[in-house]
Amino acid sequence: MADNISTKEIIKPENLVYKRSSVMTDNTMHYCPGCGHGTAHQVLAEVIEEMGIQQDTIGIAPVGCSVLMYNYLDIDMQEAAHGRAPALATAIKRLMPEKFVFTYQGDGDLAAIGTAETIHSCNRGENILIIFINNGIYGMTGGQMAPTTIEGMKSSTSPYGRDVKLMGNPLKMTDIVATLPGTYYVTRQSVHKPGNVRKTKKAIRKAFEYQKLNKGTCFIEIVSNCPSGWKMTPVESNKWMEENMFPFYPLGDFKVPEE
Amino acid sequence: MEKELRLMKGNEAIAEAAIRAGTDAYFGYPITPQSEVLEYLTLEKPHERTGMVVLQAESEVAAINMVYGGAGCGKKVMTSSSSPGVSLKQEGISYIAGAELPCLVVNVVRGGPGLGTIQPSQSDYFQATKGGGHGDYKLIVLAPSSVQEMADFVELAFDLAFKYRNPAMILSDGAIGQMMEKVWLKPQKERSKELPGWATTGKTPDRERNIITSLDLDPNKQEQFNIKLQKKYREMQEKEVRYETFQCEDAEYLLVAYGTSSRVSQKAIQLAREEGIKVGLLRPITLFPFPSKEINELANQVKGILSVEMSAGQMVEDVRLAVNGKVPVDHFGRMGGIVPTAEEVVENLKTKIIGG
Repeated sequence: MADNISTKEIIKPENLVYKRSSVMTDNTMHYCPGCGHGTAHQVLAEVIEEMGIQQDTIGIAPVGCSVLMYNYLDIDMQEAAHGRAPALATAIKRLMPEKFVFTYQGDGDLAAIGTAETIHSCNRGENILIIFINNGIYGMTGGQMAPTTIEGMKSSTSPYGRDVKLMGNPLKMTDIVATLPGTYYVTRQSVHKPGNVRKTKKAIRKAFEYQKLNKGTCFIEIVSNCPSGWKMTPVESNKWMEENMFPFYPLGDFKVPEE
Repeated sequence: MEKELRLMKGNEAIAEAAIRAGTDAYFGYPITPQSEVLEYLTLEKPHERTGMVVLQAESEVAAINMVYGGAGCGKKVMTSSSSPGVSLKQEGISYIAGAELPCLVVNVVRGGPGLGTIQPSQSDYFQATKGGGHGDYKLIVLAPSSVQEMADFVELAFDLAFKYRNPAMILSDGAIGQMMEKVWLKPQKERSKELPGWATTGKTPDRERNIITSLDLDPNKQEQFNIKLQKKYREMQEKEVRYETFQCEDAEYLLVAYGTSSRVSQKAIQLAREEGIKVGLLRPITLFPFPSKEINELANQVKGILSVEMSAGQMVEDVRLAVNGKVPVDHFGRMGGIVPTAEEVVENLKTKIIGG
C-alpha cells in the first residue's frame, strides 16, 4: 500500500506532527546521531515560540557539547565560562528583570566545576530557569567520568567502571537543589520517547510561566543519553539509560508549587 | 546629588563615584583591604538612589562572571577586589577581553604571593598590564595616586572601556584604598537608557540575534580576531597614554613611579634637591598603555633612571624597554606590604644611579 502513496501526498498540513520551530535556525547541528540535545533544544524553542517570547528571552550556553547552542536557537545568547552560567544569568535577570533568562548546562558544567554557582543561584532564588542535561559523562572532551557517572559505569577516566570507594559517589544535584528555599519548581524529565518529550516541554513551559510571576529558581533536569561517549548505538543507549540511569535518577517532580 | 567635597577613604570614594557615574551594577566579594567598597555600596542603598544593582556574590569567580553577564547586556558593570581575589577573577577577565565586553575591575593591591599580607603592595603590575589570564589580551590599566583619582578614574575607566569594548582596571593599592583625603565628588549622572547594538537585550525582528562569546573553533578566524584585538591595543597605545611629570624641566636624574610609590618619590625629590641633586618624576597614570615614548624622550635629557615600586621590580622592565639602553636604569622597591621611605629612595638613587 505504501508504494502507492507519493511523498507529495504525505507532506500535507493535516499530516504534520512535528516541525522545526521558527525559533530554531537553519544551521546543521553538530550533535551525534541519537543524542538528546537536539530534542531538548527543539522543545525549548517550541515553548519560546508558543509563548511569543523570542524578543524577550536571553539564554546562556555552557561549556560542553552544547557550547555552540547559540548557533541553533534564534535568540540573543551569551556563552559562559565552564560552570559559570548561573552567575551570568543572575546578573542578566537582575539588570533586565522583564526578560526571560535561562541557562542550559551539562552535568560536568553544572554539577562539578559550577557547583557553587548552581547552589548559590538556586539558594538566592534567582528568578531564572536552569536546564540541566545529565548524561553521566563529559561528552565533548571525549567521554570522561562526570560527577553524575553512576557506580560501575565505564568512561575514559573510569575504564574499569566507576569505583565509588576510589572515585567518590555520583552526585544527585536535582535532589540537592530541591531542598533549597530559593527553588520553586524542580523536576527531572527525559526526551527519549514522545511521551517524555511532551512532559519535558510542559515542564519548560511551566518554568517560564513561573518566571513571569517572579516565583524563584526553576530547575529542570533532563536525563539524557550519550551514544558516542557510552559507545552504544542510539537505541542501545536509550535502553541502557532506562535500565541503569533511571533507577538511580528516577524521573518525576521533586518540588511542585501548590496550585 | 550635586558636586560635593567630602573626606573619604579611597575605597569609599570609588563606591560613591560609581553610584554617581551611573553604574548599573556592582558584584563583589569581601576581601581586605577593599571591603569598604561593598560595605559602602550596601549601606548607601544605590537601588533607591539610581536603581543600581549591588550583589554580594558567593565568590570572586561568581562576581566576575556576573560582570560578564551584565556587561554582555551592554550595562555599565564593575567589581572590585584585592590581589588574591583578583587572581581568582583572571579566568573571567580573559573571557571578558575575548568577548570584547566593557567593564571595570578594581584591584586594591596587597602584598603577595599567596595569602601574603593585607598591607599595600604593587606586586600585581605584571598581572594587570601583561594580560593576567590566558591568551593574548590587554586591559586598560589606570593607576590612581590619591583618593581624588580613585573617584575620578571610575568614570574615566568606564568611558575608555566602552570606547574600546575592552575591560578596564583601576590598579590601586592598600594605602590609597584605606587612607582618607578630601575628594570632590561629581554630580549624579543618570544611568544610560541606551544600550549598544551588540548587547544581548532580546532579539527583535529587525536584527540578527546577538551572541556574546569568546569561542571560534576555526583557527583562521580566531587568528583574525586576535589581529583585530592587537590593532585595538595599538590604537590605545597611540591615543590613550596618560602620565604626569614633576620637576622634570631641569632634571639630571629621573624617578619613574606610580600610585603610592609616586607620592613617596615626590618627597624623595624634595629631599634630593635640598642636597643639590636635580631629580624629577614621571608618574604613569595609564600603566597600559605605558608612557614609553615619553620616558624614552626624557632619557635623552637625564643621566640615569630609577624605577621605584613596591615590588621586586616589575614596571622597571617596561622602563628598560622604553629607554632601550640610552641611560642606566635600575629598580628600587620594598616588598610584602612595606612602603619605602623617601630617605631610602634618595639613598638608592645615590648608590644605584648617581654613584653607579
